[in-house]
Amino acid sequence: MRIPPKASQAIAVALLGGATLLTLAVLVFVIVFVLGKGLPVINWAFLLDVPREMGKAGGIFPTIVGTLVLPLVAIAIALPMGVGTAVYLTEYTRPGRVTSVIRFGTDCLAGIPSIIFGLFGYIFFVTILRMGWCILSGALTLAIMVLPTIIRTAEEAIKAVPNSYREVSYSLGATRWETVLKAVLPNALPGIVTGVMLSVGRCIGETAAVIFTAGTALRLPDSLFDSARTMAVHFYILAREGISNENAYGTAAVLVISVLIVNSVSYWMMHKFISGRSA
Amino acid sequence: MNEAVKFSVRGLEVRFGDVVALRGIDLEVPARSILGAIGPAGSGKTAFLRALNRLNDLSPNCRVTGQVLLDGEDINRPEYDVVRLRKRVGMVFALPVPLPMSIFDNVTYGPRLSGSRKRGQLQERVERSLRAAFLWEEVKDRLDMSGMRLSGGQQQRLCLARVLAMEPEVILLDEPCSGLDPVSTSRIEEALVALKSDYTIVLVTNNTKQAARVADRTVFFLTGEVIECGPTAQIFTAPRDQRTNDYVSGRFG
Repeated sequence: MRIPPKASQAIAVALLGGATLLTLAVLVFVIVFVLGKGLPVINWAFLLDVPREMGKAGGIFPTIVGTLVLPLVAIAIALPMGVGTAVYLTEYTRPGRVTSVIRFGTDCLAGIPSIIFGLFGYIFFVTILRMGWCILSGALTLAIMVLPTIIRTAEEAIKAVPNSYREVSYSLGATRWETVLKAVLPNALPGIVTGVMLSVGRCIGETAAVIFTAGTALRLPDSLFDSARTMAVHFYILAREGISNENAYGTAAVLVISVLIVNSVSYWMMHKFISGRSA
Repeated sequence: MNEAVKFSVRGLEVRFGDVVALRGIDLEVPARSILGAIGPAGSGKTAFLRALNRLNDLSPNCRVTGQVLLDGEDINRPEYDVVRLRKRVGMVFALPVPLPMSIFDNVTYGPRLSGSRKRGQLQERVERSLRAAFLWEEVKDRLDMSGMRLSGGQQQRLCLARVLAMEPEVILLDEPCSGLDPVSTSRIEEALVALKSDYTIVLVTNNTKQAARVADRTVFFLTGEVIECGPTAQIFTAPRDQRTNDYVSGRFG
């Protein structure tokens, strides 16, 4: 039986549109639900006070700090390593067995559940290196976790830079390093930023790997060698141990809003950068 | 060593994998003049041009043998400083490729690599280069605008200015007008003729009339070989080889 073109068009629109709508609806529902339950709890005291009675009362200030610092340190470690690896794989080597082994390795790394990274971080950084539960242990663990994402996105972004830019740069007497620095990386930046944002998102939302490595201390950390609790971990503990559902939702709402802010700001900065160069 | 000869090419062969792009090329490029290189697509003109600044090195499967002497020095020797070579031998590509940065930064890309940082010095160089490429009047008020917002013809003159800013000795042009309208083309040609008193220019072109208009000497490539090389007037009016005659009279290619 043949379906007439008009009918098949209508069916396609209905199915694809329906799928899009459903996805959006779920997303909107989650956000509205979290904000609806959490927003009433949020006020300046909640944002700026320290938690009392394990988080049953008081605010969440230390966990906000933890949530800011941990991904920041993790990215500061993972970004140079990841972009460096991507530059090496794309600009300094020709495709061959070694590069495909490295690529296979990073792809495998990307598929490993985060709790395995947590376990590794606990054994290696916390125990063997005797760093203890601290921000640095957690950040190093998160860095390893997001490295594959950063490498892969940076690699794709670098490959997408037109070869003519490289030729122009070399023809003007640039060395390979100068070409990478001045002609390739600035034009790969949007792709690299996308990878970083994905990674920041994963770090902010991570619980398993963080509990094992950065610990769950509720007080304000005063160095990288202090234990810290992120909002995601705080939320998990509040909800899991039934300490305070209201405060759990409040934390979740702050978490959702901060992710939104981080993403909007980075998109805005990236857009400003690009339009400054080509428009 | 002859003062008037800039490049002396001896037994040059260029291969891409199993494909021989150029074979047995013996050719001299006279200094301070324009050498036009004509020939149908795939005849090896571009491979020849890219052998003069060793840009063929960028293609992974490319092998170059034979000698290319620049002022008597073989640039194909492994220890030859390629970065220094490319500062002496600039290149304008077929499609205008402004880098995604301002006009000013485009023109100063080369000088800044060489360590020139002083804004005043760079400014002076930018003006000189843009004037020599006949672009200054059109862009002098908007040097901070992105080079990508210029028209195609302006972009190509920007690329020429970018090469001139390095103060090279040789300028290689690879079909620089293939994407341009006749007016833009004539502006580029004007610039080239004005430049030949100071520079050695090699102009690869698909447009035989362009070679006839601006080149002092013309070389005809066919299937990877030099068929004939001589004064432009002779190539176009009294070629020695029948194939040259057929090509310049438009019978093929």
